[in-house]
Amino acid sequence: MIEIKDIYKTFGENEVLKAISAKFTPGKNNLIIGSSGSGKTTLLKCIVGLHEPTKGKVFFDGQNFTDMNFEERVPIRKEIGMLFQNSALFDSMTVEQNIIFPLNLFTDQSKAEMLERANFCLERVNLEGKNKLFPSELSGGMKKRVGIARAISMQPKYLFVDEPNSGLDPKTSILIDELISELTEEYNITTVIVTHDMNSVMGIGDHIIFLHNGEKWWEGSNKEIARTDNQELNDFVFASKFMRAAKARL
Amino acid sequence: MFTSFGKYILLLRLSFKKPEKFSVYWNEVMREMVSTGIGSLGIIAIISVFIGAVAAIQVAFQLSSPLVPLSIVGSISRDSTILEFSPTISSLVLTGRVGSSIASQIGTMRVTEQIDALEIMGVNAPGFLIAPKIIAGVTMIPLLIIVSVALGLAGGYMACLTSSTITPSDYIAGLQDGFNPVTVTVCATKAIVFGFIITSVCAYNGYYTEGGALEVGQSATRGVVYSCIMILFADLIISSMLL
Repeated sequence: MIEIKDIYKTFGENEVLKAISAKFTPGKNNLIIGSSGSGKTTLLKCIVGLHEPTKGKVFFDGQNFTDMNFEERVPIRKEIGMLFQNSALFDSMTVEQNIIFPLNLFTDQSKAEMLERANFCLERVNLEGKNKLFPSELSGGMKKRVGIARAISMQPKYLFVDEPNSGLDPKTSILIDELISELTEEYNITTVIVTHDMNSVMGIGDHIIFLHNGEKWWEGSNKEIARTDNQELNDFVFASKFMRAAKARL
Repeated sequence: MFTSFGKYILLLRLSFKKPEKFSVYWNEVMREMVSTGIGSLGIIAIISVFIGAVAAIQVAFQLSSPLVPLSIVGSISRDSTILEFSPTISSLVLTGRVGSSIASQIGTMRVTEQIDALEIMGVNAPGFLIAPKIIAGVTMIPLLIIVSVALGLAGGYMACLTSSTITPSDYIAGLQDGFNPVTVTVCATKAIVFGFIITSVCAYNGYYTEGGALEVGQSATRGVVYSCIMILFADLIISSMLL
């Protein structure tokens, strides 16, 4: 489980996050949603340690991650998988080398074992046989899937996903969402997803946190979101005519 | 300026922390050595031959007097090539070839979140990205400069073949006359220091890139400009200390 307590983040005079506390439980898709500039990605980066919170603490299974130095964080980082918005695959490496990279650095597995794991991960994301391709030869959806394969290669306990659907067509978006959801359930991973895609919210949002102007404005599940009377959340979720019509039919 | 220098020193300290797995880092060092050394051999060969030839022709022109022995052209060309032309001009050219590549490569990795991905995995990103480049720089750039010296002197010889002012035998005699080994020490010192400056300054500029494609270009330009200035400054310091 991941717990964040009273997180603040300030850039200069700009207070981006204000007093955010939440718990993210294993085996569930924990979504952080909000409009652009609401602080979703900043919160995610504070949780994984890419940004240091100005105030507040992050706990991974009770361990105070915020107060750890780089070396102390390494054992926890080995249990973290992350899918970046633009996949962040290493350009100079093939798909296979990208997946093997963390295994090569942090495990004593033989080359055959690493290849077997890479093939398993690729199979898991439906990209069998694409081992030797470079990231520049992949489509956006394929890059995301390779990113997921790399993220799960070390069998992570925690999976962080930043805007998994950005730049993807609706069908591929749903495939990616379903894949993340399946992996979360199958391996009991604590998954935290930053998104503003309403299909993801309604489809896989087991636990949702809505950020507004850097503050936690609402917390609940996708089943509760349709019935909320929170004005800001309604304005965000039901911004489109389609979503308003769908709500009216509920 | 002091903040930047502090950040530069801290980045270097992080770069030379104990690697997570030596074999992975060793592979990176080898890859960088090939890229820096073999990849730059062509441009170094071309500029060295031309600089050596031009140096010989210009020295011969300036010293065309019956009172000066013609072999002096070879001696002056040799010392100029070893002391200045090969280490400094080659390093300035290598800043454009190797330094800009380092800054833009690391800068692109920064803006496309590849460095964040390394950090999330628990990899010491400066160690993995910067240390192999610096090691490759301080080993391969001196080797390239040795090649440059040899080709520069060969270029001078080729110029003498076509020159009516000085004969190749005079040039060879001059090369062998009054050789002072200190010039080689100065050349080697410059090569190692310049190799370090090119790789570390450009890597620093790339590593702290913020923004997008435009900023990556600006980082590469800044890295090259700062490296060139630092090289010329270090050139002055080393020359005044060792000569």
